[in-house]
Amino acid sequence: MGQLSLSGVTKSFGPVEVIKGVDLEVADGEFCVFVGPSGCGKSTLLRMIAGLEDVSGGTVTLDGRDITNLPPARREIAMVFQSYALYPHLTVRDNMGLALKQAGHPRAEIRAAIDRAATMLSLDALLDRRPAELSGGQRQRVAIGRAIVRRPKLFLFDEPLSNLDAALRVQTRIEIARLHRDLGATMVYVTHDQVEAMTLADKIVVLRAGRVEQTGAPMQLYNDPANTFVAGFIGSPQMNFLKSGVLGLSSHSAGIRPEQVQLTDGAGQISGRVSHVERLGGETLVYVHTADHGLLTARLFGEHDRTVGSELGITFDPARLFHFDKAGHRLR
Amino acid sequence: MSQPRQSPARSIAAHAVLILWTLIALFPVFVTVVNSFKSKRAIFTQPLALPGPDSFDLVGYQTVARQGDFVAYFQNSLVVTCLSLFFVLLFGAMAAFALSEYRFRGNTLMGLYLALGIMIPIRLGTVAILQMMVATGLVNTLTALVLVYTAQGLPLAVFILSEFMRNVSDDLKNAGRIDGLSEYRIFFRLVLPLVRPAMATVAVFTMIPIWNDLWFPLILAPSEETKTITLGSQVFLGQFVSNWNAVLAALSLAILPVLVLYLIFSRQLIRGITAGAVK
Repeated sequence: MGQLSLSGVTKSFGPVEVIKGVDLEVADGEFCVFVGPSGCGKSTLLRMIAGLEDVSGGTVTLDGRDITNLPPARREIAMVFQSYALYPHLTVRDNMGLALKQAGHPRAEIRAAIDRAATMLSLDALLDRRPAELSGGQRQRVAIGRAIVRRPKLFLFDEPLSNLDAALRVQTRIEIARLHRDLGATMVYVTHDQVEAMTLADKIVVLRAGRVEQTGAPMQLYNDPANTFVAGFIGSPQMNFLKSGVLGLSSHSAGIRPEQVQLTDGAGQISGRVSHVERLGGETLVYVHTADHGLLTARLFGEHDRTVGSELGITFDPARLFHFDKAGHRLR
Repeated sequence: MSQPRQSPARSIAAHAVLILWTLIALFPVFVTVVNSFKSKRAIFTQPLALPGPDSFDLVGYQTVARQGDFVAYFQNSLVVTCLSLFFVLLFGAMAAFALSEYRFRGNTLMGLYLALGIMIPIRLGTVAILQMMVATGLVNTLTALVLVYTAQGLPLAVFILSEFMRNVSDDLKNAGRIDGLSEYRIFFRLVLPLVRPAMATVAVFTMIPIWNDLWFPLILAPSEETKTITLGSQVFLGQFVSNWNAVLAALSLAILPVLVLYLIFSRQLIRGITAGAVK
């Protein structure tokens, strides 16, 4: 249970079409991440699945049931918001139990469901507090708990980690991944952070300007991007784009991952000057300014000593290049 | 909240200005209350002196008490003010919620239309209002006053409250929708408590003009049974002779209920006024 499918879903605000026909299948138990730059429509799409935005065209079905026009409460979904959205006047326990109470479940059952979720998220000690008395990380755990309590067919996450600091973000990310394994529930997760997308997803949906650019498993998108947008968006640091003409290649442009680039003191395939070095301990990022291709990034593992301003050469295995045509589509 | 950076001289100057302003603001109230406890002669000879052993006189209060109807006048004022306040807050908040929450055709236009009343004084329509009240048989009833004051208070209420409601987190309302709360529950249980400071601000700004109004009670409800306290106090003001003791005593008493209401709202009010400043 929990198989979501969108077919031809569109959304317009007045004359402006923000979602331009999205077809998508999310299998039962799958962790699907919508990723894209801000303004690409990923949150709007999630809110349409939740029923918080009207669908202008197309249909949304969950387990074969058409839920396109159902109110949010009757869709058997739960949602976790970026700003936590806990009810400020209710205790943690009441926050978590409100949906079941509204649905008219018996008191004992609600209590059991809350306790089960609280144990899962180690919230037991906090049940009688109010949201104002909790830290950001605790609030987000309560918000996740509130979603679990309902035992929905589908979990929706709207950038749930964006308000947390870096350490807590990693911790909560791991927790969400663990929950997904334990619950085996279908989850749709929106983020602009491609690291979150890569680490959590079974399936990534890359969106741009209201359209799906590519759908696939994280490594599939990384190793086999369909166009320059996906190639540039997935992977950090960003892929280097080279002008094919200069290199004597037939394509319009060619991409190479920073980790596939080597630096030599000799001439190499491209020559350039070091413009900046970032030392991260485990890896070193060297930014090289080149006359033909602009700024290129090399990701070297371990510590490397390169002085800013020194001349060097860049080498790479041509087999590792991704070739794109003028419109940005991949040439295979 | 003393800040270490602030020099004592600046702090003293700021306090001096504030204290001066307080004195100016409180002076008329002070004169009214002080003189209400003095004999008529003392009011005119030494209007600024405090009541002493020879000038102390409760004749004003005795006159007001003997007049008898003053309890009823107070009651009328309280009923009209509280009911109007209730309706202004309720309908104002509802309209503000609709304007800030729902996208519909003519939303902005409707908001402007509702805010228009802030700029156009309701008194311009007095003749039309009186005609309507006569036609509906509401002249000399408190209902007439409540209706007029509700209309008078709504524009500002809608304007202020819709601004505040726009700031209430969308996520919170959406969480309520997903949890199956009705729009009414979302409005009453989630949104209203969060805009309480704004409600208090609106309450104070609405309440004081209503309590102090003389115009509409005089025109719409001048009968003995429906007189409000401001209108009732006018009995002591004649064309040739005014009973100043009684007028001052009545006005001093009239300050009390509104002061109590103000104190109830004021804590929230300060938060409402400073909300925009510190957020």
